[in-house]
Amino acid sequence: MKYTEVMVRYGELSTKGKNRKDFIGRLAGNVTKVLRDYPQIEIHPKHDRMHIVLNGAPFEEVDQRLKKVFGIQTYSPTIKVDKTLEAIEETALALMKETYRKGMTFKVNTKRSDHHFAYDTNELNLMIGDYLFKHLNDLKVEMKHPDLVLRIEVRQDAIYLSNQLLRGAGGMPVGTGGRAVMMLSGGIDSPVASYLALKRGVDIEMIHFYSPPYTTEKALNKAKELTGILANYAGRINFIAVPFAEIQEIIKEKIPEGYLMTVQRRFMLRLADQIRAKRKELAIFNGESVGQVASQTLESMAAINDVTTTPVLRPVATMDKTEIIRLAEKIGTFELSIQPFEDCCTIFAPPRPKTKPRLDKAREFEARLDVDGLIQRALDGIKVTPIYPNDKFLADKAEEDTALL
Amino acid sequence: MAFLGGVKFVIYFDNSATTKIDPSVLSTYDQVAQTIWGNPSSLHKLGDRAFQLLESSRKQIANLLGTQTDEIFFTSGGTESNNLAIKGTAFQKRKFGKHLITSSVEHASVTNAFNALEYLGFRVTHLPVDKNGRVNVNDLRNALDSDTTLVSVMGVNNEIGTIQPIDDISDLLANYPTINFHVDNVQALGKNIWSRVFTPRVDFSSLSAHKFHGPRGIGVFYKKEGKMLAPLHDGGGQEKGLRSGTENLPAIAAMAKAMRLVLTNEHAKADKEAAIKAKIVDYLQKKPGIKIFSPVNNDFTPHILCFSLEGIRGETLVHALENYGIFTSTTSACASTKVDEASTLIAMHIDDKVATSAIRLSFDETNTLAEADEFIKVFEQIYCHFAQINHLGE
Repeated sequence: MKYTEVMVRYGELSTKGKNRKDFIGRLAGNVTKVLRDYPQIEIHPKHDRMHIVLNGAPFEEVDQRLKKVFGIQTYSPTIKVDKTLEAIEETALALMKETYRKGMTFKVNTKRSDHHFAYDTNELNLMIGDYLFKHLNDLKVEMKHPDLVLRIEVRQDAIYLSNQLLRGAGGMPVGTGGRAVMMLSGGIDSPVASYLALKRGVDIEMIHFYSPPYTTEKALNKAKELTGILANYAGRINFIAVPFAEIQEIIKEKIPEGYLMTVQRRFMLRLADQIRAKRKELAIFNGESVGQVASQTLESMAAINDVTTTPVLRPVATMDKTEIIRLAEKIGTFELSIQPFEDCCTIFAPPRPKTKPRLDKAREFEARLDVDGLIQRALDGIKVTPIYPNDKFLADKAEEDTALL
Repeated sequence: MAFLGGVKFVIYFDNSATTKIDPSVLSTYDQVAQTIWGNPSSLHKLGDRAFQLLESSRKQIANLLGTQTDEIFFTSGGTESNNLAIKGTAFQKRKFGKHLITSSVEHASVTNAFNALEYLGFRVTHLPVDKNGRVNVNDLRNALDSDTTLVSVMGVNNEIGTIQPIDDISDLLANYPTINFHVDNVQALGKNIWSRVFTPRVDFSSLSAHKFHGPRGIGVFYKKEGKMLAPLHDGGGQEKGLRSGTENLPAIAAMAKAMRLVLTNEHAKADKEAAIKAKIVDYLQKKPGIKIFSPVNNDFTPHILCFSLEGIRGETLVHALENYGIFTSTTSACASTKVDEASTLIAMHIDDKVATSAIRLSFDETNTLAEADEFIKVFEQIYCHFAQINHLGE
């Protein structure tokens, strides 16, 4: 079926009163970004819905990209036909044949803005309904909860037909929720937390700590590649790599074992907060889940969070590991997340970290260190890389393998 | 080299013994050996690259066989895979029982593995076969007892090509989930019968690359997820501890490629082999003194044809054909120099004299119907010669 346009319905943003204009503008910008490979496409954002005129671009490919744009509630591929009864009948039948399975129920739903058209809505509903009924076996009409709805819109310029209602990603257009940093480790949880932050319209930049030679370049590249997967939802995400080995070595040397982890996390949060401030962002997101590991008990969170008053948001805080994994599989980060490269959270991990660290002790131990100097040297070493959808960083020899095998 | 009508002529009808390596498979071997030579266990980039190719090969083989990736292990070939399934089960499960069941028509690498275990004190039942070389499921049912830990039955017999009732055995063993079920499938790949000999109930299976145009010294061992086996080789813990020893990566990659190639257009290839077999059977069955052990029907693989010529030793016939450039074998290449040759035919209660006069033709997709015609032409000459000496058809 050669669809000619896609009709996009907005989600929650239609409830947001005076901000609606900004939302629609941002969504149109985000849609333009994901469809930039198809220059022939025209995008017309209107106050209640958006029309994407395909001009020959294949709907199947556009579909794959639209699926990942937050702020879209539903969308329908549509066909534009001439304003004749024959054209409507022919296209309606072709559309139904594509989606109809034996025993399904249907109804025809006509809207008419051109009141000069020869038939009114009731007549069209009946005539097209009859026509389909005659040409498809076992079709049943059902007004209240039909399996398929054939929508016919009679407009001034032409008639538009569609019979699919596809679910969009929901949420809010990325960018409408402000900007924040995201602490991305490379595990299972932080990519899911990133996805959820993006879903609420927050434009994020990734902060990743790396500690060569304790961690391999593969761990760094894995985090970058995860960012590439998440960039599908954002168009582009900056990746900020922060060198962390010096801090870890000093902590290992000077801090009692039980507090290694707590102090280390305090440094991470401090660094994240300073980077955030410099980049004029408003909040810090991370992938912590309450009680999952020693650093994620409420006692630990309190002792770590002590270093800043900036909002620290934890989208997966209350989710079970199995729920997080399910979501990770859905967004396509799971397989990559479970690649076993050691990251900086696991090196120097004490055998028995305190699950209930005391804030006063953490502060006291930390006072032995040159906090400002360490932080400054780490900040001096950061590297920012813009990452685009599906960018690859791990040496992937799959193509060479395919040629050999 | 023999000449026929002045033209050098060679026909290779011994593909169950080994197949000729495919040039593109050899090229993969060569490229991997020269460029991806790191040890897959090494931490550095060279090792990493080798590891990646190892796992790509494993994944491809798993996809081709319809298994999960982590159910595929690499061994040195059919013999090792068979020993691993049999001895590995016997040792692993010795506390639960010491009774093992196999058929009386297995390959030597299975039969002798069981013989070795019998010597160590295990009890082994050798199931009889019917006149087609087939195991009867009822015999198996009667042989099972609470001490049984393993059933090992081959998918396709290497001497006469019988397809064993693996599906029926699987149905029976569905009620005995703790008994390990091993199927030697060395002769069964690429013959369009895979789903009959590799059912979901099969726990272990053996494959060998050189039977499908891959290199020697490499094979696949299938182990169903969750099944435990005692390893035969202890060492560095490669292959998840089941088969230690540095992975033979060039051969593994070459095998993965050979398997992909042999399974491409599998249906058409099997049909071609079946047509060659049918043509020769059609000719042979009219000849007095000839006995065919591999009829053309659904219970036999299309690529193996075993028959005997009364009064002439198989060995003699093999050499007579060789003089015309046609390469065949007595019933099993591995056993052909031993006295107890033709063990499948003996198990079928075929008279010793007839059994020792059997030869085996084994085809593959590179053979042609024209070669079948040539074979018939040559065999006719040989047949007339021997028929006269032995007064056949009088």
